[in-house]
Amino acid sequence: MSTIHPRESFEQALRDLEADIVRMGTMAGELIHRAVEALQARDAVEADAVVADDARVDALHLEIEQRVIALLATQQPMARDLRELTSILAISIDLERMADHAEGIGKATKRMIKEPLLKPLVDIPHVEQIVQGMLTDVLDAFVRRDVALAESLGPRDDTVDALRSQVFRELLAHMVDDPQSTSRALELILIAQHLERAADHITNVAERVIYLVTGEMREINV
Amino acid sequence: MRDSLHTRPNFTFVEPVTQSGQHAGRAAAALIDHAGALEAADVHAWFDRLHALRGITLSIPVRHVTAIIGPSGCGKSTFLRTLNRMHELVPGARVSGRVALDGEDIYAPAVDPVLIRRRVGMVFQKPNPFPTMSVHDNVAAGLRLAGIRDRTILDETVERSLEAAVLWDEVKDRLDKPGTSLSGGQQQRLCIARALAVSPEVLLMDEPCSALDPASTLRIEELARELAKDITIVIVTHNMQQAARVSDSTAFMLDGAVVEYGPTNALFTRPHDPRTEDYITGRFG
Repeated sequence: MSTIHPRESFEQALRDLEADIVRMGTMAGELIHRAVEALQARDAVEADAVVADDARVDALHLEIEQRVIALLATQQPMARDLRELTSILAISIDLERMADHAEGIGKATKRMIKEPLLKPLVDIPHVEQIVQGMLTDVLDAFVRRDVALAESLGPRDDTVDALRSQVFRELLAHMVDDPQSTSRALELILIAQHLERAADHITNVAERVIYLVTGEMREINV
Repeated sequence: MRDSLHTRPNFTFVEPVTQSGQHAGRAAAALIDHAGALEAADVHAWFDRLHALRGITLSIPVRHVTAIIGPSGCGKSTFLRTLNRMHELVPGARVSGRVALDGEDIYAPAVDPVLIRRRVGMVFQKPNPFPTMSVHDNVAAGLRLAGIRDRTILDETVERSLEAAVLWDEVKDRLDKPGTSLSGGQQQRLCIARALAVSPEVLLMDEPCSALDPASTLRIEELARELAKDITIVIVTHNMQQAARVSDSTAFMLDGAVVEYGPTNALFTRPHDPRTEDYITGRFG
């Protein structure tokens, strides 16, 4: 192989995109964390800030998309380059949707802030913790091209699904016992749903990491 | 004219055509009712002492477009020329191994290379219509050399060949104009029509678009796809996007050997050999 790298600038563009994917994932994770903290602290100002900051993730997503399109158009990538660029595009869409879920939690928090909490928040912060762990690992798997780590996210997504169902059942019981609590219970169900969807997006990212490395497209949770 | 045949390699010979003038189905199908599969087994080729092909074994399926890619000097054009016995026309050139067309070894002693070149036609990098001949006569040239004089048969075959090459509508009103008066893309399609006129089973295309603009390139690529419904196409290209667009299977060659051969989609998205990966991603070559 030649010692000259004819695609040096292309490779640099790929590395920059990778770094921005990690940055975007970190931003989305922070937004979700801040949204759940605002919920727990009943902090309307912070909930507003989360809703507003979603726009930063949206902007980064559009910028990444434009850069990917430009590289597809001008560089005609093949093989691993093609897999990487299409994966980056797909991953940025999932991360952008994750941030939308943070925004959704912020909005739900604002709607229910004037009323007392139905019960101490236990499962929702727990789910958020699992989601944050999954996000850290999926970004790690992306950077290290670690298929095994990406695959490990499937069972954790199943755990999140189970917890969401548990939250749903508990809150349903609340609504049956006390119809006055219905709107607050629904908001909490919505929040649990947002977190569960965030975990689904992380699972999608994990599947893209597997595709990027192996070329195989497959679901990691059944 | 006859002396120049061997230096006009996409000028192929023909046996008398007996088809009626009926149009049937697709234009190419009207001309061609047979297609050949090619099997290369341990093919070596030399230019004097230069060992250009080092044991190529490749199975080229019938009615497929098979692309051969690789860096300059890897032997892809040489390989193409072993498939219709054109390599041996170069002084000092030798071939060993076996190339079978529909199971028949084209290098067997009794085989007439001229007949092989009729069954396995070729189109070249630079369009090379016969400069002194009209559009019509360019296409009819192979038939005339085969002794066909019947004007009706000639005209019908010319028309069907030009239709098969998707050129008829553009040239039907100027069949008597010189072939060289056409645009580059049209000249290349004229050369394809000329090759098709003698009803080949296989069409070899050696960088057929490298002298053409993007629109003419896409037209030739579409044509190759269309023709592959009826005949077997092998295309050598250094344009990987072209190989990706046009072919069903792709072989990557390096240093006179096939490194990887498989379905085009798989080869361009998930190559198995790191050398293929490095080449198609532009990291060498």
